[in-house]
Amino acid sequence: MKKRNIFSTLLMLGAVGAVLTGCGSNSASSNGSSSASDHAGKITAVGSTALQPLVEKAAGQFQNDNKKINITVQGGGSGTGLSQVQDGAVAIGNSDIFAESKPGIDSSKLVDHKVAVVGMAPVVNKDAGVDNITMAQLKDIFTGKVTNWKEVGGKDEKITVVNRAEGSGTRATFEDAVLSGAKAVKSQEQDSNGTVQKIVSSTPGAISYLAFSYLNDSVKPLSIDKVKPTDANVENNKWKIWSYEHMYTKGKAKTATADFLKYMNSKDVQDSLVKKMGYISIHNMKVQKDAKGNVTDAK
Amino acid sequence: MKEIQNKLLTKSKATREDHFGRAICYLCIGLIIALVVCILYFITSRGIATFTQNHVNIWGFLAGTNWNPGSVDAHGNPEVGALPMIVTSFSVTVLAAAVATPFALAMAIFMSEIAGKKGTKFLQPVIELLVGIPSVVYGFIGLSVIVPLIRKIFGGTGFGILAGTIVLFVMVLPTITSLSVDSLRAVPLSYRQASAALGANRWQTIYKVILRTAAPGILTAVIFGMARAFGEALAVQMVIGNAVLMPKSLVSPASTLTSKLTTDVGNTVMGTLPNNVLWSLALILLFMSLFFNLLVRFIGKKGSIKK
Repeated sequence: MKKRNIFSTLLMLGAVGAVLTGCGSNSASSNGSSSASDHAGKITAVGSTALQPLVEKAAGQFQNDNKKINITVQGGGSGTGLSQVQDGAVAIGNSDIFAESKPGIDSSKLVDHKVAVVGMAPVVNKDAGVDNITMAQLKDIFTGKVTNWKEVGGKDEKITVVNRAEGSGTRATFEDAVLSGAKAVKSQEQDSNGTVQKIVSSTPGAISYLAFSYLNDSVKPLSIDKVKPTDANVENNKWKIWSYEHMYTKGKAKTATADFLKYMNSKDVQDSLVKKMGYISIHNMKVQKDAKGNVTDAK
Repeated sequence: MKEIQNKLLTKSKATREDHFGRAICYLCIGLIIALVVCILYFITSRGIATFTQNHVNIWGFLAGTNWNPGSVDAHGNPEVGALPMIVTSFSVTVLAAAVATPFALAMAIFMSEIAGKKGTKFLQPVIELLVGIPSVVYGFIGLSVIVPLIRKIFGGTGFGILAGTIVLFVMVLPTITSLSVDSLRAVPLSYRQASAALGANRWQTIYKVILRTAAPGILTAVIFGMARAFGEALAVQMVIGNAVLMPKSLVSPASTLTSKLTTDVGNTVMGTLPNNVLWSLALILLFMSLFFNLLVRFIGKKGSIKK
């Protein structure tokens, strides 16, 4: 009984300590990022979980060269990133989608920095017996018109659509390219590439879509209209399902933040890290896309 | 004389310590109360914004079955019917509690009445271990073991209420068990002695005397378990499928209030309708936990053991 008392006291003390330190560090970081980022060299980047690993790695390298600059990278989702940077709570908001396409965000106040391109491919369970599909068929599957694989040349098996969370950048990109305004069928929603990969690989008849970096032997990527999902096809826009990874700042980026964003765009990051992490370098793109989805030749 | 007067009028060390301790207590309590009030205010103000700022009909929200906050229906109203999630949340909660209660009760009876000290010493850590396992681990096991198993047996995708129920069953089991043990142990020894004196054997005593006396406590335990099941997010989200559809069967993908919150909150922008309706879902959760709390108090008052 006595022992228990000591334990519970210790626990309480620990909890109180955690609360106190938690408060302390929180307020410190918010102070640092809103006002002092250019002086003290403290940068907070929040948002897209798809972009997070790249920014974290790049931040690590950047901090090695600039010991005085301290970069914190957090996830939270594209919506969080955009709204936090708009409120001035963080220096950089990471997003998978253009600020223009997110309701509630005033994009005129934000400055876009495109740091990478990510391609996405429809993936199916190996069982489906399909490896090429037309864009129209793909649309029919995701709007619920086609419900059996035999209708698109596969075997007689029910199609299980696995979608991404509504409002997520990956889903927005996919629906812009494939559904052209039509409404997706109500179906399962998962909120990460990893879970989608696991579910598609283990559920017969499942279809979903994944970023290129998550394609592996466990799932079958589909070609669309005989075009294969490869980096080269994204670079010349033969493969239509791709999007930019954005890092937004409120107004023009200043000192430390500007330096870091410049570093993100440098050859150091673009030619090695970006490729290593499964993204496509922004320098290799032969086309460019604007917020409305119009594609033009790159300058 | 002066010395004695001084001694009596100045605070002794013990008194000062007493005041100091009291001040710390009040400070901590004040902080906690402020925190609770802040949370309540924040969730309520955000949750109500759906109805005051975005002018969503509250019945359309509670009874509608179409969830698509990003778009509007034929009448221009946003599609924010939360009923499928409310129904699913209740189904998994009630089912999990219904399945877990007999097991928990059996374990509680074993621990408090049948097993000696040795059995209790063995079972106690087992149950405490179940509490200590993080919910993400339960979810992961559910995703890798239970979902494929259900798919094999029942067909479909394997995601759904059944998978959620099984995962939650394991998660609420320790809560219900340990609270039931406490209430069984609280039954006065004199009851058992009286029962034995009347010639009842052990089973008769447990069934006719102890269980009945402890019934309010056991009910409280079940409700606490249900509250835990209702609020569990991560593990359920991993196995329920997250499709905002009215559940047609136990093995069709569905979505609970909590799983919707965890999936969507990062993708919405503060202050917009899709974000506000999520706060409204949180408000429903808050009301439910309040309801569970009141229920527990009510039962506790009605059925406390009189010695």
